[in-house]
Amino acid sequence: MNEQLQPAVKALAGRFDASVSEFHGETTLMVPSEQLVAACQTLRDEFDFNLLESETAVDYWPQQEPRFHVVYQMYSLRGNLRLCLRVPVSGMHPSMPTIEGIYLNANWHEREIWDMFGIRFEGHSDLRRILMPYDWEGHPLRKDYPLGYEEVAFTFNVDEIDQGKPYAKE
Amino acid sequence: MGIEQKTADMGIVTMRLEQAVNWARTNAMWPMLFGLACCAIEMMAAQASNFDMSRFGMELMRASPRQSDLMIVAGRVSRKMAPVLRRLYDQMPAPKWVIAMGDCASCGGIFNNYAIVQGVDEVVPVDVYVAGCPPRPEALIHGILTLHEKVRGENLKKWA
Repeated sequence: MNEQLQPAVKALAGRFDASVSEFHGETTLMVPSEQLVAACQTLRDEFDFNLLESETAVDYWPQQEPRFHVVYQMYSLRGNLRLCLRVPVSGMHPSMPTIEGIYLNANWHEREIWDMFGIRFEGHSDLRRILMPYDWEGHPLRKDYPLGYEEVAFTFNVDEIDQGKPYAKE
Repeated sequence: MGIEQKTADMGIVTMRLEQAVNWARTNAMWPMLFGLACCAIEMMAAQASNFDMSRFGMELMRASPRQSDLMIVAGRVSRKMAPVLRRLYDQMPAPKWVIAMGDCASCGGIFNNYAIVQGVDEVVPVDVYVAGCPPRPEALIHGILTLHEKVRGENLKKWA
């Protein structure tokens, strides 16, 4: 692990019972969702991680429980340091706190995660869909979301598909 | 010497009304600028000097649907874009035609997923489908000529 990262990782592991793992030189901290806001506040104010590079989510359904991990990629401009936070969230209607109050750019990232994974961010100022139409049902990047909406056409079923197709009128 | 020869010498040509109207329609078809993906590049190439669509009176791509009578849907249409496509189509003055250019516009192409409309014929009525991924400019021009053929075959009853 990078020596400059040590104090931040140590502080977070101690104060917010985060578990540390390392892979290919990238340090990841697994943080429980109740501690997330405090952990981010500490990272930004005490350890100078002043940039939220990316915020995204992963769906591990059906292999793992809790099925979602929300991933935060933090960057320190002064120290050229990167740190990854992961927050496990479970359930069909998961919710977790927003970090919009700490990193302003989390706003759009969290809207995208809400849109694609259906993870609700409590306290978010404007939680609307960002990519899909507003009247869309479901969250497409979930693993249990159907991939396509039309069956692949072969010679044996092409007529059947054609009959069910909603052709437009003038 | 027949009557046609005589009137032609006087500068009068006779033909059926629907023939004249269809001739006028086919030779000044203004397509709408509606490039959605990589097919739009081929559409631009079809306009450029190598292929030159202006040979068929189609050099004017209109940015406004109200000035155009042909919609070339060039590319994949996402489900979010579909209502926009329909609105643009509704804003075009009749008579209007639609060409679905490329596999994606015709049937979804390689994108069989939740985000892409599986063929624009779900949204607007399509006159000509052009196959290819993307179709070469020759293919698009062939599609347009096919449409011209179709328009030339239209009769009075259909306009009314």
